[in-house]
Amino acid sequence: MTITGENIMDAKLQNANIAVLDAESHLEARNIHVWFKDRHVLSDVSLHFPTNSVTALIGPSGCGKSTFLRTLNRMHELIPGAGLAGSIYLDNEDIYAAGVDPVNIRLRVGMVFQKPNPFPTMTIKGNVLAGLRLSNRRTRDEDDLVESCLNRASIWNEVKDRLDAPAGSLSGGQQQRLCIARSLALSPEVLLMDEPCSALDPGSTRRIEETIRELSADMTVVIVTHNMQQAQRVSDQTAFFLAEEGQPGHVVEFGATDNLFSAPNDPRTEDYVNGRFG
Amino acid sequence: MNTRQVAKGDRAFFAVSTAAAFITMFLVFGVLIFLSIKSWSTFSAQGTAFVTGSTWDNTTEGGTFQIWPMLVGTVLVSILGLIIAVPASIAVAFFIEYVAPPKVSRIATSLIDLLAALPSVVIGIWGIFVLSPVAATWSQSLSGTLSFIPFFRNEFSNAEGAPFIAAWTIAVMIIPIITSVSREVMGRVDKDLISAATALGSTNFSNMRRIVIPTAKSGILGGILLGLGRALGETVAIFFVLNLVFEVNFFHILEPKGGNVASLIIAKFGEATPEELNALMAAGVVLFILTLVVNMIATSIVQRSEKRMAS
Repeated sequence: MTITGENIMDAKLQNANIAVLDAESHLEARNIHVWFKDRHVLSDVSLHFPTNSVTALIGPSGCGKSTFLRTLNRMHELIPGAGLAGSIYLDNEDIYAAGVDPVNIRLRVGMVFQKPNPFPTMTIKGNVLAGLRLSNRRTRDEDDLVESCLNRASIWNEVKDRLDAPAGSLSGGQQQRLCIARSLALSPEVLLMDEPCSALDPGSTRRIEETIRELSADMTVVIVTHNMQQAQRVSDQTAFFLAEEGQPGHVVEFGATDNLFSAPNDPRTEDYVNGRFG
Repeated sequence: MNTRQVAKGDRAFFAVSTAAAFITMFLVFGVLIFLSIKSWSTFSAQGTAFVTGSTWDNTTEGGTFQIWPMLVGTVLVSILGLIIAVPASIAVAFFIEYVAPPKVSRIATSLIDLLAALPSVVIGIWGIFVLSPVAATWSQSLSGTLSFIPFFRNEFSNAEGAPFIAAWTIAVMIIPIITSVSREVMGRVDKDLISAATALGSTNFSNMRRIVIPTAKSGILGGILLGLGRALGETVAIFFVLNLVFEVNFFHILEPKGGNVASLIIAKFGEATPEELNALMAAGVVLFILTLVVNMIATSIVQRSEKRMAS
């Protein structure tokens, strides 16, 4: 497929025709297309994320799920050569509208990465407070905030006696939970997680899954995962992404997690969730 | 048989590289020993006053040779140069590595490298003919508005030839060194950390201040030291732009009196009496030691910060 200005215009026009947004949706993606330079990598993705739901994005490597995730907090645009068409609505406001500061979006939409990436020059406590410091904000009681964030990320008991130790002294699973705590300190409305357990052992994975379920009481969670069981355990709804040969990635099927795994509509979904490819 | 040949080649390489390492050490000590022998007569004739006194006179019997004002000037101009160069270099390095589009950063990098390659005599000529008149107007507005601060007082009618202007010249010479080392170490900061910070709502400036500089700190410090080394030993450019006056000037940075050990040496070398020549050698020894001490302090700072990072 060759990409021209017209393609982008088409996508924009489609947007204009779409009716009023679903009032239930906290976050909604409408007709998202993504390009890297001339390569069309994601085509016409429309997904809605209800308030306090957990959505799993599954699919084989290279199908564009992580790329899609990064459009939801405007991290995508930082990659040189990245292009985007379509709209993302957060509380019915387009986060890509002119005049919207991406920094404010990232404060509302937190992100946890695949590889645990605590700041090595900071202490455990410093990492939790890093978001505040980086955005030059203050809180009345830092100690309370640190304790509550570490508690919600279920790591408080393991680190409460060494809050001033460097973050690098923690194990991989603990580092990832610290990264979750770090995101929580900014009280995000949405938490994006890009394969948060792929570098962790089963025990750490289980604890993070429990954390995700608990967090969804207060926030909307979107998680990219390669692990089918994990998607079934943690998510309310699931989107199956696929990039067929030579084609950009797209959503094959999107629906309630139970339905998608037990009675998929599309034979490709059935093959994937039953481990026949990918 | 093949492995034996390799081993033989390896041994030869080992011998050559060891020899090269020893030659370097031998040269450093050779220079120091030569200078020490030549300057011995000065040290014994002048005593400690050589470094603590402020008179340079070759007309009397044996002469009086003292370099205190030059030592003070060397340190003063170097520190002022660093004050100007360090923030500028760090900002330029961050811009090249994290802010500028690839094409702009490529061009900026080669311009900075070009600046590093300019001979200091060229910078000296530029300093006296182009920079000095401009910097003199900055100096006059500083002394006009802030003269109640002793630092910015100037009781002379002339503003050129002051440490302030020499510091700008030095800054131009050391910015490329500090920038290219800083750029290098900033580029090695884990990109995941920058992404993590950006996802936490950080701006470019916060990324630089809270993530990149703390992570790359010891490397940047190393670059600053290289710059300081050049500043301490800078000769020709300083000779052009700074008035050499044998009067101690600790902090009146806008007044046209100053000095620097290296420029003293070239200023006096041509017409030196035999005793004076030895005194200049002695000044060289002192400069050598000063540089060595600064480097040792700096190395220990770098090592300490690296150790803290590792623990």
